[in-house]
Amino acid sequence: MFAKRLLTSLIACAVVAAPAYAQELTGTLKKIKDTNTISLGHRESSIPFSYYDDKQQVVGYSHEIMLKVVDAIKQELKLPNLQIKLIPVTSQNRIPLVQNGTVDIECGSTTNNTERQKQVAFSNTIFIIGTRLLTRKDSGIKDFPDLAGKTVVTTAGTTSERLIRKMNEEKQMKMNIISAKDHGESFLTLETGRAVAFMMDDALLYGEIAKARKPGDWQVVGTPQSREAYGCMMRKDDPQFKKIVDATIAKLQTSGEINALYNKWFMSPVPPKGLNLNFPMSDDMKALHNNPNDKAYE
Amino acid sequence: MNYNWNWGIFLAQVPTGETTYLGWLLSGLQMTVMLSLSAWVLALALGSIVGVLRTVPVKWLAGFAAAYVELFRNIPLLVQLFIWYFVLPEILPGGTAFKQINPVAQQFLASMVCLAFFTSARVAEQVRAGINSLPRGQKNAGLALGFTLPQTYRHVMVPMAFRIIVPPLTSEFLNIFKNSAVCSTIGLLELAAQGRQLVDYTAQAYESFIAVTVLYLLINMVVMAVMRQVEKRTRVPGYIGAK
Repeated sequence: MFAKRLLTSLIACAVVAAPAYAQELTGTLKKIKDTNTISLGHRESSIPFSYYDDKQQVVGYSHEIMLKVVDAIKQELKLPNLQIKLIPVTSQNRIPLVQNGTVDIECGSTTNNTERQKQVAFSNTIFIIGTRLLTRKDSGIKDFPDLAGKTVVTTAGTTSERLIRKMNEEKQMKMNIISAKDHGESFLTLETGRAVAFMMDDALLYGEIAKARKPGDWQVVGTPQSREAYGCMMRKDDPQFKKIVDATIAKLQTSGEINALYNKWFMSPVPPKGLNLNFPMSDDMKALHNNPNDKAYE
Repeated sequence: MNYNWNWGIFLAQVPTGETTYLGWLLSGLQMTVMLSLSAWVLALALGSIVGVLRTVPVKWLAGFAAAYVELFRNIPLLVQLFIWYFVLPEILPGGTAFKQINPVAQQFLASMVCLAFFTSARVAEQVRAGINSLPRGQKNAGLALGFTLPQTYRHVMVPMAFRIIVPPLTSEFLNIFKNSAVCSTIGLLELAAQGRQLVDYTAQAYESFIAVTVLYLLINMVVMAVMRQVEKRTRVPGYIGAK
């Protein structure tokens, strides 16, 4: 009787435990295990998410989250000497680079939306932003309607570009819209007086102020035109990899560890200039941390 | 690879609804052609003058032309473009006024001038090579007939040189179309930029880059066909490449 029960429980154990040990590695995890290398995609000037500091090292809020994911993968695959390959990506090339395998995961400032979900997968949300305007304090621009007939700059390939073009068409605002190559160039266009306002994700706009020569000259204004969820981008149909990434992010958020990280990047001085973004955590973000999810807003 | 092909995307409406994605590509094509042709006309005019100056027996003129060629040939095109678009309006008088005109006009003008100067340096080298390849007797014969030096250039040497350098000029003409893609970096919505924009809006990277590639090929095949006719008609009997 005892022997029989022991046998049953042993079988039960084996059945339950089997997936954990015997599961074949597939997709990205298999590639990482086979090559002992993980390729991380990062941004070059998305302050404070992922960017180069004054020593040309990649730093940032999203980047630290990505490194936590790498730690979790090291543990899971028992690869203490996992090699990390850092690959800079832009708004335009990040999706193809993830798809063709150059980059395994990209945590920067990439919005999770349904159109992109047709091509790539997104992890649990790591940040929620609103799209607003950066303008000179004395420009007289207070909100989006003030832009009628003026020149506005935005970064090519972003959701802001799409929103502002749509607004221009629908409301007949007769704005001139410049699409610059990256956030740095957008800000240059604004700073040199070619445009009166720069439309972008609010967190990135605060980042641009932190980089500016005279941070006191600039302010972020306007009603947010959209909310967007940033996620880490991975290849589609790779549940094993997504599971480990999602679990790492969820643990960071529910354990409260994320608060320290948030304070470090949004409420304290950050490189390269030691400026404080002073961007308090929104209610959306607090709700997200209580309930981690990978939902897209649009 | 994990990719959803969708060739129908070109006929889909863009989000703002005024045209289709194909319409975007075609407007980009139009911009590329307009930009490259206008820059080419300027480059050919400037390049011819500078190329002739490089061969004249007046030291300071030849020196000036050599400096011009080295300046525009040795600085990367992208850097030149950023200087024309971002730097010069900040330091030249009238820059502030320039920045107030329509942004597309600003981008177009900066791109056109940049491509024209860059290409003119290369055209100048071709023209110089053409003139130097003429037998010295031609110049002497012109002078002996009582032509002044400018007249010898105008009626004897330059027409001959141009007929010899048609094939290398064709290359430069093709290059200017390809180089114009650099202008997408300052936000000019030419063919490459529209292709890039299509990727941003639809995430269909491969269809859009393939379409852009085909359109560039088409442009250059037309250019080559035209230039082949020009070459046939202007060939000098008895010279390189002539039957």
